[in-house]
Amino acid sequence: MQPLRKDVVAARAGAEAPSALSIRNLAVRFGARTILNAINLDIREGEFLCIVGSSGSGKTTLLRVLAGLARPAEGAVLFEGTEISGPSRDRAIIFQDYSKALLPWRTVHGNVALSLEARNVPAGERNAVIEKLLAKMGLSQAQEQFPGQLSGGMQQRVQIARCLAQEPKLLLMDEPFGALDAMTRQTLQDEILQLAAERRITTVFITHDLEEAIYLGDRVIVLGQSPATIITSIEIELPRPRSQLTTREDSRFLAYRHRLFEMLAHESPPDQSRGQS
Amino acid sequence: MRRLLLGAIIPVSFLIIWEGSSQAGLLTLESLSRPSDILVAGYAALRDGSLMLATLQTCETALLGLAIAAVAGIGVGAILGLLPTAERIAGPTIEALRPIPAIAFMPLALMVFGFGVRLEASIVAYACIWPILIVTVSAVRAVEGRLLEVAAVLELPLWKRMTKIVLPAAFARINVGLRVAAAISLVVAITVEIVLNPRGLGYRLILAQQSLQVGLMWAQILWLCVLGYVLNLVLSHLGRGPAAIWRPL
Repeated sequence: MQPLRKDVVAARAGAEAPSALSIRNLAVRFGARTILNAINLDIREGEFLCIVGSSGSGKTTLLRVLAGLARPAEGAVLFEGTEISGPSRDRAIIFQDYSKALLPWRTVHGNVALSLEARNVPAGERNAVIEKLLAKMGLSQAQEQFPGQLSGGMQQRVQIARCLAQEPKLLLMDEPFGALDAMTRQTLQDEILQLAAERRITTVFITHDLEEAIYLGDRVIVLGQSPATIITSIEIELPRPRSQLTTREDSRFLAYRHRLFEMLAHESPPDQSRGQS
Repeated sequence: MRRLLLGAIIPVSFLIIWEGSSQAGLLTLESLSRPSDILVAGYAALRDGSLMLATLQTCETALLGLAIAAVAGIGVGAILGLLPTAERIAGPTIEALRPIPAIAFMPLALMVFGFGVRLEASIVAYACIWPILIVTVSAVRAVEGRLLEVAAVLELPLWKRMTKIVLPAAFARINVGLRVAAAISLVVAITVEIVLNPRGLGYRLILAQQSLQVGLMWAQILWLCVLGYVLNLVLSHLGRGPAAIWRPL
């Protein structure tokens, strides 16, 4: 317990380089099971961080802790120098299961409006904001439709629009494109890169798709299962803006993929095919 | 149309046999009247406005009681559904109060309110609150956990969380409780009128019986049939509000 307190104090005093998010000695347990252990990680302001790991490695749990939806057993997470104690509008989370995260009785427009209602934006000002966001996400035509009437890709766009409407400082994405087809996934990958670049939102993106992680990230973190902690952290030095064709054909891209794949393959042999998906 | 005709076969032939056997002197029960007499008595009661007035009185009271039960039942039910601790505290009390027949409160309600709307509405409300309350608790518990997380991340205060997330999400199920309660409200209102309260259809019914106007009594029973049918029709349409929209999911 002692060293942890010192870390917290040091980070609060701003003794380190400015980081949007600092994870200090984090451990999460469900009963006797240790999901995450000894996680130490700093996320820079405006960074696009990808976290990969085989299924069951605690990726989602880590993201939920960052969102304030799960509590650590040990350690702390500091967001802009303050310890996270619960959910906040500053930290938006995009869930993988978009169909459950949208309000089925509200239209696309109404779903995005929810964030503005939460922020107490006056009713008269909401429309302009919503229309701009919907246009940005290619949802203008669908704004009077209900989520159940839309394709998966469109529904996930609605969720992204709603999260952007809450004007977060941190965007947490939990395998957001995992349930979508390959074409839609690539389009959304490029859209999210563009959004993150325009708005300079710090983003934590979880995926089990290694190529997706390399394509999107400034840095890729690999979570292992035994021990349940960070095994490696790789800076991705690929030029931006990235392109689905040239970036993915870049020899460095393939080298990163090779390294990460080997790492995950050694980590959990039965699950190695997941890195390929 | 064809379905309507098929469905009419039994009641129409029943009426014909009834009328025919009474006319022929085969059916001499005093309590049974004749369809033609019932029709005449019913028409007279409709024309002089007494039937309509009684209907309005009964419906008004039943709806008032139902509304009170709906507000209290949904409100309390939503809180109990959201907060397990509250449910553990209030649960035993609810289970103890629930089995008491609402009708048993008639003497007490008479002492408190005297004759009139409040007497009747309070008993209707007591009878109606339980199905609404119990259905609301389970409906709120069944609300998708993801939606509650969305509400938490958006930092919605409790009131907004209720009105914007929990109640709309639970609406389809709560509506089932409301429909059950609506049927109960009519039954209880008429019972209270027959036994105690000198107003409404129930009172007219017992009055007709006591003055041996058997035709009128039957006309009112059949009128209640129509009323119950219409009530159910209205309620099943109300149930298609927001719920119908997200059925496709």
